[in-house]
Amino acid sequence: MNSAPVLEVDGLKTVFGTRALAIHAVNDVSFSLREGELLGVVGESGSGKSVTMMSLLRLLPSPPARIEAGRVMFEGQDLVQLDDAGLRRVRGRGIGFVFQDPMTSLNPVFTVGFQLMEPLRTHLGLDRKAARKRAAELLALVGIPSPEARLDDYPHQFSGGMRQRVMIAIALACDPKVLIADEPTTALDVTIQAQILELVKDLRRKLGMAVVWITHDLGVVAGIADRVIVMYAGQVVERAEVEALYENPTHPYTRALMETLPGVDGARGQRLRTIAGQPPILTAPPAACPFAARCAHVHDRCREANPPLFEVVPGHAAACWLASPESGARNVL
Amino acid sequence: MARYALRRLLIAIPTLLAISFIIFALLDLAPSDPTANLPLTIPPEVREKIRLSLGMGEPFVVRYFKWLEQFMVNEPLNVLEQWTGWTIGDSENRLRVLSWATRSPVVDLIVERLPQTLWVVGMSYVIAVVIAVPIGVISAYRQYSLFDQIGTFISMLGFSIPTFFTGLLLIVIFSVWLGWLPSIYDTTHVVRDWDSFVFQVKQMIMPTMVLALANASQISRFMRASMLDNLTQDYVRTARAKGLRERVVVLTHVLRNSLIPVVTVIALGVPTIFGGAIITEQIFRVNGIGQLLIIGIEGADIPLVQTLTFIFAILIVLFNLIADLIYGMLDPRIRYD
Repeated sequence: MNSAPVLEVDGLKTVFGTRALAIHAVNDVSFSLREGELLGVVGESGSGKSVTMMSLLRLLPSPPARIEAGRVMFEGQDLVQLDDAGLRRVRGRGIGFVFQDPMTSLNPVFTVGFQLMEPLRTHLGLDRKAARKRAAELLALVGIPSPEARLDDYPHQFSGGMRQRVMIAIALACDPKVLIADEPTTALDVTIQAQILELVKDLRRKLGMAVVWITHDLGVVAGIADRVIVMYAGQVVERAEVEALYENPTHPYTRALMETLPGVDGARGQRLRTIAGQPPILTAPPAACPFAARCAHVHDRCREANPPLFEVVPGHAAACWLASPESGARNVL
Repeated sequence: MARYALRRLLIAIPTLLAISFIIFALLDLAPSDPTANLPLTIPPEVREKIRLSLGMGEPFVVRYFKWLEQFMVNEPLNVLEQWTGWTIGDSENRLRVLSWATRSPVVDLIVERLPQTLWVVGMSYVIAVVIAVPIGVISAYRQYSLFDQIGTFISMLGFSIPTFFTGLLLIVIFSVWLGWLPSIYDTTHVVRDWDSFVFQVKQMIMPTMVLALANASQISRFMRASMLDNLTQDYVRTARAKGLRERVVVLTHVLRNSLIPVVTVIALGVPTIFGGAIITEQIFRVNGIGQLLIIGIEGADIPLVQTLTFIFAILIVLFNLIADLIYGMLDPRIRYD
């Protein structure tokens, strides 16, 4: 667990600039990913999870998106400063990406084989025959039956779950060190979701890559992650080992998220719990705690300054004034 | 696919029969007199005899079916005989569709006129497509750039200014003021050597450019819109995330998808080539199909107009089918089984 980080993000800031106003989508996000580890990234819709991860590989359309500050260190290179050619060598080669919606993420007019062979031929320089052989192996790896024959099929001939398997195969094609999965199971129904989760667990065992798993489903994270970061309003508000987070959620937002989960045992509650309100849309960098408006423990200080991450115990940090060493209010939480 | 094509061709037969009836009926109902252009000294009873000799005394139904027989059976047989040198049946006395004005077979007139139209109008269409597709691609990829703004402006001009204006404008500039290009297309010109080839190119420049501008404006807008639709699709992000070059992303992934609707537009525009650009041919004195149609209408040459209009109808039905088949080839999601 203490191995060196493969991916290190430091102070990342991404802004969507339109002529009239700027939306601050990622605000000073820092995290690191260790070799072979699975990092869960949780948060509501609009909390900046996907935008953060797409900023890493500069996949957001620019304009309007621009990375204003920060470093993304991967294999000794800063991906933010890297030129286009260098970035292309990282995309698909060093870092694989799986997107949310498998129905639209594959090109409808090319065969699955063609799309799977593209990164193999581009990055590994394989010829057509070798690439085809490897592509069939990859389809077999992600559990697609009769892979050789299915290479010549088009995406519309696959079901949603099968397409997501294909997407995973494409992301893993060049044996990347890091796999970023952006809500890969959100668009799938629950049984298929479970199959994909099993598949990723299994692939991690076999291939040993580090995984960033973006989701809004705390249940999923509990099942597969080693460490978790919780995001809110484009910031990391809590960071912990997975057991520590579930045993001792510290940030009020994390607690609120956990309370929204219906339990399977015990008496059935009258209603499902929700967090009232919406995540804010930030038109300026946050000057106060962005969760203040929805927080049950809000006090004056929350509206005066934005809390940094305070380490509660080693390896567990939360961005809340109540978690600061001098507050002494930790017991309240 | 072959079964589908065959079925569509069979369905086309009743469609075309219905169209032929409508064309025939419309032109027959329209008030016109083939003898109206003859000298006024001809007495009315002689005029009546001329009309009867043209077959106008027969009932409508008889005339329709006779025309149908001539066009559908006699003319194809005649073409077949000319190509193969065979003699099928009584080919000497087979009745052909005759022009009332010139008394020569209509099909022969069309065959005479077709090369000019195909050269000038066809070339302009090819040029339009060759220009429009890259312009559309670049305009979409660099949306709102200077290139896109200029492209949009020129397209709007080309789209909204009629060819009779751009044609005359070019004539005034390049023929009258500068004297670089001839304003009249010389059909009798034969390309024999380099100089005559240069002359041919010179006389083709203005008519083709006028038509190319109008066509390219339209096609480039379609291309641009289609590219813009596709550039924001999720699969484009996937292609970029795979580490592909931007050129591959745009020219392979996006272009292939964007071409699907545009190819349909291009294919459906092809019949207009054969239809000739009536106005442009008129301005530059290209004696092609379009001009033939005008002459036919002015002279109340009903058989000529009927035949030409019906040929256009056949081409439109045919290219509709071709467009659908190309669509099926480009888009694997469409299967005709």
